[in-house]
Amino acid sequence: MKAFTYYKVNSVPKAVSLLAKYGEKAAILAGGSDLFGIMKDRPEGPKFKMPQRLIDIKGIKDLNYIKDRKGSLKIGAAATLSEIVSSDLIREKYPLLAHAAAQVGVPQIRNVGTLAGNLCQRPRCWYFRRSLFTDCLRKGGGTCYALDGENQYHAVIGGNGCCMVYPSDMAPALIALNARVEIATAKGTKMVPLEQFYVGPRTNLLRENILSPQEMVVTVEIPKPAAGNKGVYVKLKERDAFDFALVSVAVSLTRKGNMAVNPRVVFGGIAPVPLRSIRAEAVLNGKDLKVAIPEACKAAMDGAHPLKNNGYKVDAARGVLEQALGLLA
Amino acid sequence: MSEKEQEPREDENKEKQSRMNVSRRGFLKGVGTGAVSVALTGVPLVLPPDAADAAEALAAGVKESTVRLNVNGAAYRVKVKSHWTLLEVLRREMALTGSKKICDRGSCGACTVLMDGKPIYACSRLAIEMDGKTITTIEGLADGETPHPIQSAFMQNDGFQCGFCTSGFIMSTKGLLDKNPRPNSDEIKEALSGNICRCSAYRKILASAKAATQKG
Repeated sequence: MKAFTYYKVNSVPKAVSLLAKYGEKAAILAGGSDLFGIMKDRPEGPKFKMPQRLIDIKGIKDLNYIKDRKGSLKIGAAATLSEIVSSDLIREKYPLLAHAAAQVGVPQIRNVGTLAGNLCQRPRCWYFRRSLFTDCLRKGGGTCYALDGENQYHAVIGGNGCCMVYPSDMAPALIALNARVEIATAKGTKMVPLEQFYVGPRTNLLRENILSPQEMVVTVEIPKPAAGNKGVYVKLKERDAFDFALVSVAVSLTRKGNMAVNPRVVFGGIAPVPLRSIRAEAVLNGKDLKVAIPEACKAAMDGAHPLKNNGYKVDAARGVLEQALGLLA
Repeated sequence: MSEKEQEPREDENKEKQSRMNVSRRGFLKGVGTGAVSVALTGVPLVLPPDAADAAEALAAGVKESTVRLNVNGAAYRVKVKSHWTLLEVLRREMALTGSKKICDRGSCGACTVLMDGKPIYACSRLAIEMDGKTITTIEGLADGETPHPIQSAFMQNDGFQCGFCTSGFIMSTKGLLDKNPRPNSDEIKEALSGNICRCSAYRKILASAKAATQKG
């Protein structure tokens, strides 16, 4: 890595004041798993430069907690994925979350990787992540190398403009659980539904979420699930021991007898954002779950536009949804 | 483990100094010659007199700092650049070359060390983040010439082929067994999932880890 200035701060206002001062030239450092990979490879483009200042937030005590507050779950941005996996509170009351966290990376990653870091990771696209491809759209250039290139891992839905995929395992699970994120700015904090936190390439080609360079995620809040709520996360990987999702799905629903009520279906690995399938949810809602599975799986991939090498993802996405719903039926 | 209880203390006889770096004590000893060049080149002294000053310096932003860390039971003070990884400092500054640098991207596991008892990729952590941490590397396992039981289990079960990934696999096994002395096969596979063996000696690696559990 090239030299940078390192800050270790002990409060959110200090971190945010540094972000306000240095903007895009600074980056928040927590687990560093994604950040250091990029900083070592230096895949720069016209509008994508390496940060010159890293703000280490691990020393901020206010950011490192998992607690039950008035029935909802609050997790600090710097809580590690290992802490989430091993939290009795989460395992007991939010099993979908523990289940998804256990499937992120490997022990070495989860021991340092944080929840907010997982939610703010940069795109998975080998053209974005290689220094050779400087004209990449997402770096501010004019070319999508993946459209005519090697695109077996790219988006099958919503990829107009940039067909990278958003790789987070935690985001689908948290959106299925209707989570909100608290964002700190120099002027205070704001709460945003996680579903609205992510933006596709037509909204912003250069960023995957609504955070401005002056803002940071400080808390994730998950409302208490309804009585009878069940959830599951299914992740398909090319290499089972350790890999990003080819496709994944988080499903949360409430069972009333045989019926599925208020289902939420969120895919990972198939679009530039964690993708909620409103169509599949509509098919499932209020129906006998076992009966509705085939139609829901079909509806989930309506509108998919696979590229040359990733047609399998359409079938795979239907397959993981079928598996997930089967586990809940 | 007694090594984890040992806090870095400046007055401790065991304190070791990194050979290639200036420590506060080393600096004071050499002050007659050293101070001049420092003053002439205008390099700020990053040798804070106490922890409060160090914290203040870190909050104001630094490009280098002196970190105190406990490695394999011994206290060290090492002067590091902000962008040096823990792996680079272990291997290059402290001559602990048992942790290997292969992918350097947090994918292969050859650099696995324990940080406060937990397996981490040393290539994907900065040394400057390690102030006050306890690190265990493969060099910290054997008792003199007597291999650690996990090392013996790997030798007796041929748990390697070329051996380059082995220290990482052993450290991941150590992290698991310290927490869970009697893991089942699935728990062993999960604990070793972050390590890659390009010779594909996985069957014997898993057998070695399994054998190590039966020694405890």
